[in-house]
Amino acid sequence: MARLIFTRLLAAIPVMLVVATFVFLLLRLSPGDPAIVIAGEHASQQQIESVRMALGLDQSLVVQYVLWMSQMASGDFGNSVLSRQPVLSLIADRLEPTLVLATVTIILTVLLAVPMGAIAAWNRDGWRDRVVMTFAVIGFSVPSFVIGYTLVLLLAINAKLLPVQGYVSPFADPWGSLRHVILPAITLSIVFMALISRVTRASILEILGEDFIRTARAKGGHEKRILWKHALPNAAVSIVTVIGLGIATLISGVVVTESVFNIPGLGRLTIDAIQGRDYPVVQGLILVFSFVYVLINLTIDIIYLIVDPRIRY
Amino acid sequence: MDEPILEICNLSIGLNAPAGKEVVDDVSLTVWRRKITCLIGESGSGKSVTSSAVMKLLPGGLRLVGGQILLDGHEMTGANAEQLADLRGRVVSMVFQEPLTALNPVMRVGDQIGELLKIHRPKMGSQERKRRILELLGDVHLPDPPATLMAFPHQLSGGQRQRVVIAMALALEPALIIADEPTTALDVTTQAQILKLFRELMTRHESGILLITHDFGVVTEVADTVYVMQNGQVVEHGSAADILKAPQHPYTRSLIAAVPKYRFRSPLPPSDTPLVSAHDLELTYTTRGFTGRTRQVKALDKVSFNIDPGEVLGVVGESGSGKSTLARTLMLFETPDNGQLQVFGEDATKLRGQALRRYRADVQMVFQDPFKSLNPRRKVGLSLTEGPIENGVSKAEAVGRAHELLDRVSLPRDAMNRFPHEFSGGQRQRICIARALAMRPRLVIADEAVSALDVSVQAQVLALFEGLKNDFGFAMLFITHDLRVASNICDRVLVMHRGRVVEVGPTQTIFTAPQAAYTRELINAIPGEWDLTPAA
Amino acid sequence: MMALVMLGLVIGSAILASWISSADPLSISPRFRYRLPSSEFLFGSDQFGRDIFSRVLHGGQISLMVGFLSAVLAAFFGTLAGLLAGSFRLIDQILMRVMDGLMAIPNVLLAVAIVSLVGPSLVSIVVAICIPEIPRVARLIRAMVLTLREEPYVFAAVSMSIPRWKILLRHVLPGCVAPLVVQFSYMFASAILSEAVLGFLGVGFPSEIPSWGNVIAEGRTAFQRAPWCILFPGIFLSITVLTVNILGDRLRDLLDPRISASRAR
Repeated sequence: MARLIFTRLLAAIPVMLVVATFVFLLLRLSPGDPAIVIAGEHASQQQIESVRMALGLDQSLVVQYVLWMSQMASGDFGNSVLSRQPVLSLIADRLEPTLVLATVTIILTVLLAVPMGAIAAWNRDGWRDRVVMTFAVIGFSVPSFVIGYTLVLLLAINAKLLPVQGYVSPFADPWGSLRHVILPAITLSIVFMALISRVTRASILEILGEDFIRTARAKGGHEKRILWKHALPNAAVSIVTVIGLGIATLISGVVVTESVFNIPGLGRLTIDAIQGRDYPVVQGLILVFSFVYVLINLTIDIIYLIVDPRIRY
Repeated sequence: MDEPILEICNLSIGLNAPAGKEVVDDVSLTVWRRKITCLIGESGSGKSVTSSAVMKLLPGGLRLVGGQILLDGHEMTGANAEQLADLRGRVVSMVFQEPLTALNPVMRVGDQIGELLKIHRPKMGSQERKRRILELLGDVHLPDPPATLMAFPHQLSGGQRQRVVIAMALALEPALIIADEPTTALDVTTQAQILKLFRELMTRHESGILLITHDFGVVTEVADTVYVMQNGQVVEHGSAADILKAPQHPYTRSLIAAVPKYRFRSPLPPSDTPLVSAHDLELTYTTRGFTGRTRQVKALDKVSFNIDPGEVLGVVGESGSGKSTLARTLMLFETPDNGQLQVFGEDATKLRGQALRRYRADVQMVFQDPFKSLNPRRKVGLSLTEGPIENGVSKAEAVGRAHELLDRVSLPRDAMNRFPHEFSGGQRQRICIARALAMRPRLVIADEAVSALDVSVQAQVLALFEGLKNDFGFAMLFITHDLRVASNICDRVLVMHRGRVVEVGPTQTIFTAPQAAYTRELINAIPGEWDLTPAA
Repeated sequence: MMALVMLGLVIGSAILASWISSADPLSISPRFRYRLPSSEFLFGSDQFGRDIFSRVLHGGQISLMVGFLSAVLAAFFGTLAGLLAGSFRLIDQILMRVMDGLMAIPNVLLAVAIVSLVGPSLVSIVVAICIPEIPRVARLIRAMVLTLREEPYVFAAVSMSIPRWKILLRHVLPGCVAPLVVQFSYMFASAILSEAVLGFLGVGFPSEIPSWGNVIAEGRTAFQRAPWCILFPGIFLSITVLTVNILGDRLRDLLDPRISASRAR
């Protein structure tokens, strides 16, 4: 078991390496002087030259690559163009709101979407199935900012049930925090729920066609047992996989949702960085988000071991 | 007189969509306590549908049209969900064909058996339940019941899994056990053990057994009563002895006649220049897990044999014996680790480029599954002419060859313009044979080429192979798990077990005077009692 | 069927935008700022007095084109990568690691980074949207190739000495078409959404080129005052993506009988 976790950890390294290389190449291969991009458009000639020296831009691409990689590996993501603060500390400052939002969203999604998908599969072609599938296809199709603005318009501005925008830390005011986070979390979770309920439904349907389901039916007892005790545990692997892959969608959604609800998290930081042409921050965010994605999928690989006894080498 | 446990009266089952076509048509049958009733028929005869109707587990798209099913006094056709929840598992249980997929892969074996007890004996304590599960595992002769209890299905062999399914079927001592082709997916030696187990358990537990099969060998082995089904109807029934001795209905007669009989031919005189000469072939598969831990399986272990021109060499063995690896090695899909392989006078393992292409054209293969061995998206004509054209034959000549071969395998020439799904399994296998022969091969490898076919079709395809071999003069490596089939077509037989050659010799010698203990075991395991004197 | 008609209407209205709406989507007239939807301004007007209806119709041209082009490019390169990875073991190792890496970068971030570095243009936006989709196609096709490669009819073709590339073309690729078509429709839908998100985040097309994305983006600032600026383009966008997704589902039900086959209950 420990060995397996170790090998999975090793397998995550090349993925991060590819991400880092991609980010490196993106800047070097795009038109425009990387030194100016990193130092910022309004930097003085002197500042630009010092960036050029620090990044080794006057040297070969290979030297630049090695230099850059060693900087990234040591956690030195450079300084923000706008605030002149280290990128990593900027990211750390903005972490909490995003974590709160993502956690609430994931909990909301998994608690609702998995049973929804299971019930839809069980009542295939019935009205429950139709409702869930209609919800899923709409959830996929309506952009999250449209959902967000509609919710704000209806529940916050017209009905005045919840605050329109902003963020309150749960450590300062748990109740206020929940009131602030609930609309963005619903907004963010709709796409995610659409994805997970669809996959849950599809994989349960596939499993309901398997031979061992017939064996389970032949045992007698109530039919619902087949769904919860036989079909769902077997579908768990695909469901968990999609939760992992969906994290990428979730991260993209965070950027949009935080912008709609004006939450000072990583998503908001991303928008500010883009609009201020703050490339060091953008680069740092890509690396951090990708790292989180890899980490979560690593965790999921380990969850497989618990869910599916067949995966054991 | 014993009491009947199951009475099916005038049962009719029809398709949902094109109404009218009846899959099961006015079937009546009776199963008695402590008796094994066999329901025999070929694929599509409606035998499995009939049996699944008893548990009200009809596959989707089918519906009950009429009739009654009386199970131990309960009327099943009108049973509601609550009655079914009670009756299934307690009064009637089922053993399925595919032991590999019949068990929940993520649930421990003990829990799967225990589930039945939990459902129907909710008051049973967990200690008592465990004791009962262990007892059941012992009853079906599973080794080390305490370990099996904790095992997951994938850790058991096919035969062991089938024993688990049988243990499940026995758990509540039901009045009726339905077994749908319970041994078809198993090796012969395992099949013999499982059939013996059924007999033994039936006498011990007062149950009646309804056994569905396509194999008259199985019928001879275990049946008390036999029902023969064809196209949804019961065409004949009676005691097993009567039906086997004096079948009345022509269909029954043709089924019994189609069961491969031993029919030995005199071996060819050995040739000085064998077509294939293999010496000490060795091939080890190394499977590597994520952890880097390796597991080695010796698929071929010092395998030596010859094939003479025009000869049919049978390769017989159970699953995992290495017979398919042998075929792949001869096709040069695999390279042996050690040993010599001389084919057509050349060292086959050293062939590259053009020489390899020529070699491949000379060695053609016919596969087991006729539904997968033709590209479903290409017309039959393209499949038949593609190979010759790629190997330098003109299009006109390739088409000519294809026509000629279609004639020879008794298919209409307009088959060229049709897609594979328009043909039956037997017809597709004929197309595959034609495709192989269009290359004018010197050696044909048939890997379980008749195993997926119904017995009557099997006999026809075997006869076709025989005739084509005489016309075209190719040699053949004929791989099969079925010794009866091997006896019909092979000049010599090679018996394989766990990658080794156990015995090789003229077919008749292998059957009448087997030397190796394993060969004897294989022959004894063949279901039915067969006359070992040559038929013709 | 409904979905097909709806999609036809959206595409038709985008193509015929100049004929359907006489208003110039770009003409600025401060007199008509923030008009409510009326017979004059069907969908109202924005803070510059531009006609939203006309902007939405014209925006459809750009949005649909970006969606279609991105999906075509992603399908092409993804298929190529998947075929190569499925056929050659060495390429597989390298290519799939690269794909894993690309999958790990959240697609909006990747697109945003590309567009912000290169500058917004039709080419950069299409490329930015298509790159994150490539790994998905590549994985799908690779998995199909690996399955199809084990089919006996492919073995038969190998044994008939048919050249490798012909086997790939004749016996393997046709088997990938059905799932690819389904994937294409989903990609088309998600590419239209991505364009809108880029516009929303302010890295889409400049406002002289109306697209659904930047019409919505510009409506944001006036959201509380004139919600129709977001509402109508949002509805158009949602309906288009919805119909494409529904068509994708129908296609999958038609072409991929695996799930439909397990009807038995």
